[in-house]
Amino acid sequence: MQRRDFLKKTGLGVSAAAAAFSVPRLALGQSGPIRIGLMAPLSGVVAAGGREIVEGFNLYWEQNGNSAGGRKVEVLVEDDAGNPDTALQKARRLVEQEKVNFLFGNLLANTGLAVASYVKGNGVPYFIPVIAADDLTQRDRVPNVIRVAGYTASQMPRPLADWALKQGYRRIATISQDYTFGHEQCGGFAQVFSEGGGTIVNQFWNPLNTADFSPYLGQLASAKIDAVFAMELGADANRFMQQYANFGLKGQLPLLGAQNFTDQSVIRTMGPECEDIVSSAHFAEGSDNPATRKFVEAYSKKYGKMPSLYGFSHYSGAMWIHHAIDAVKGDVESRDAFLDAVRKVVLTDSPLGRPVRLDEYGNPIYDIFIRKVVKNAEGKYWNVPIETYESVSQFWTYDPAEYLKQPPYSRTFQGIRKS
Amino acid sequence: MTATTTTGAAAASPAGGASQRSALAWGAGIAAFFAVLPVVLSSYQVSVATEVLIFALLAMSIDVLAGYAGRTSLGHGALFGASTYVVLYWTAVLGGSPWAGLAIGIVAATVLSAVFALFCTRVSGVYFLLLTLALGMIVWGVCLRWTSVTGGENGIRGVGRPEAIADPLVFYYTVLVVVMALTWVLWRFVRSPFGLTLRGVRDSESRMRSLGYNVQLHMFLAFTVSGFFAGVAGALYALFNNFVSPSTVQLSQSVEGLLMAIIGGVGTLAGSFIGAAAIITLENVVSEYTARWPMVLGLMFVLAMIFAPEGVIGAVRRLFARSKT
Repeated sequence: MQRRDFLKKTGLGVSAAAAAFSVPRLALGQSGPIRIGLMAPLSGVVAAGGREIVEGFNLYWEQNGNSAGGRKVEVLVEDDAGNPDTALQKARRLVEQEKVNFLFGNLLANTGLAVASYVKGNGVPYFIPVIAADDLTQRDRVPNVIRVAGYTASQMPRPLADWALKQGYRRIATISQDYTFGHEQCGGFAQVFSEGGGTIVNQFWNPLNTADFSPYLGQLASAKIDAVFAMELGADANRFMQQYANFGLKGQLPLLGAQNFTDQSVIRTMGPECEDIVSSAHFAEGSDNPATRKFVEAYSKKYGKMPSLYGFSHYSGAMWIHHAIDAVKGDVESRDAFLDAVRKVVLTDSPLGRPVRLDEYGNPIYDIFIRKVVKNAEGKYWNVPIETYESVSQFWTYDPAEYLKQPPYSRTFQGIRKS
Repeated sequence: MTATTTTGAAAASPAGGASQRSALAWGAGIAAFFAVLPVVLSSYQVSVATEVLIFALLAMSIDVLAGYAGRTSLGHGALFGASTYVVLYWTAVLGGSPWAGLAIGIVAATVLSAVFALFCTRVSGVYFLLLTLALGMIVWGVCLRWTSVTGGENGIRGVGRPEAIADPLVFYYTVLVVVMALTWVLWRFVRSPFGLTLRGVRDSESRMRSLGYNVQLHMFLAFTVSGFFAGVAGALYALFNNFVSPSTVQLSQSVEGLLMAIIGGVGTLAGSFIGAAAIITLENVVSEYTARWPMVLGLMFVLAMIFAPEGVIGAVRRLFARSKT
């Protein structure tokens, strides 16, 4: 009985496990479709943004017949769950099992950094339109990781700091989410503002997912400052603006925001409490540029809402790659030539309506708008440009080599010049 | 006390004869299955199988407490992840040797689990669950906020595996050998007089106490030993994943380990392999078809709890028992 039992049991175990493991696989040729692995957080806390990533990316390929360089384009979407370990696992699956030609996407910096460390080892091209971690195009560059249509975190708030100085603001306090993206955006602002003669009076760091901002708001109200710079995204941004208005600070104390603070993904559901907030970004859905108008209308028509930064960035990212694929006539298998073509693209027909190219470090140079939230003709709030800073790179006015000698921004290093 | 333990072991062995052979059969079957697996798998699937083995070890370390000592821990993900953090910090930030890093990581997890154990031996049942959960959350909080050491949300990127085990297939077999060897150690551990005492504590703590057993000391040792195995799994995971962030130590890691043990069947050790294989494979397969894969997994857990509350192994045993009568 023992032996038979053993055979039965192991046989059962083996066949069950084998059935579980036998995943259907596709045979692929070099001349077949170009396969793109798109990763986005479709579950978890940032799932809303993740869906917009997929929407923007798909919209572009739909408009362009799902083909590039004479080959069909297949997009394989994977959920990274906003979790670096999951992202890594999905990246491995897309590359090793689905044999994608390159990877695209991810939203949270930690997922992007995890995938970047994976592709560093195997050379698979990886494109990151919204992974903004400074060092990926600064101190820790990986040759096959390119920030197409992306940005570094500290790049965007710098013009806003300059603008704030011009408005006569001299004393500013910052409040920011306490993680790398926040440290870097806040650092960009604080450094430029303090070097221009302003004073960063105080810096508050709130944990992600802060329900109650009243302790911070109380301190801000009594800090004798000219304005507040807020770096919040997602639900935190929403809550901060609501509570800022509820505490009666709105209209009393000017509120400046980092780019994601007043992104469509946040203000879409909001009322007058978001009005008049000034922020800076390379994309403004309220711009009257014809290219921007066309994109915003197409996106709104398709998805019933205005595009956010996530959707826009992946739309433009897809376009960027499309140009590069055309340049190499569809031969994305020759990786070096393909990556070279990606670096050389000058994007002239993007929704921005102005040419965009990469700097020597692989980060795009943009015209950056100072934007204000206003109500449009349909009664919806959107960001309208009020001033433009042309050709802003990730190094602002600094010399890149000099700049890279300073440590990366962190909670403890904000580049603040003591006056 | 020595006399009692010996008789306890002797009393158990006649009945244990059949189960011993059956357990050896399970062990041999699992080892043989995983040994031939790479023949039919693609390179990516081999990496999934590697992950299955690593998580099976984590699930077994939880099973030692959950199945044999009747203490359900929600802190083992933190012990596991602490080891991963230490290994990667040692190799990537301090530039130390990976072999020394493995040893240090495992020692760190064991020491941490001894600290956990100091608190946890005093309680049982739902209080044990909550206490381990809280201790695990502290580890997670430290990893998240101590940015200068842990890299905060960004985590720590590793420098790759040592040359000798860099090849995925070689690494797979290395993990297999380590995990099977430790499975054998664990199996001996739970069947030792010490392990029998743990079962005694599970069944009736007050009786064991009145028989003169030092229950607290037993629980302390059991927890620490279990933490050691979680630490080994974490160290292997550092080599496998080459990256660590707070999500490796977070609560869901502990929950996943526990679910693996439960799905396979608590108190069986071998069930951990089945649980780990089932959950990790499902995660990979289902997510190919739908973005709602967490929902499918959830549904599977619910169904498993209704139809196979004693886990896969328990259900299979029941099936065989029924077919024999």
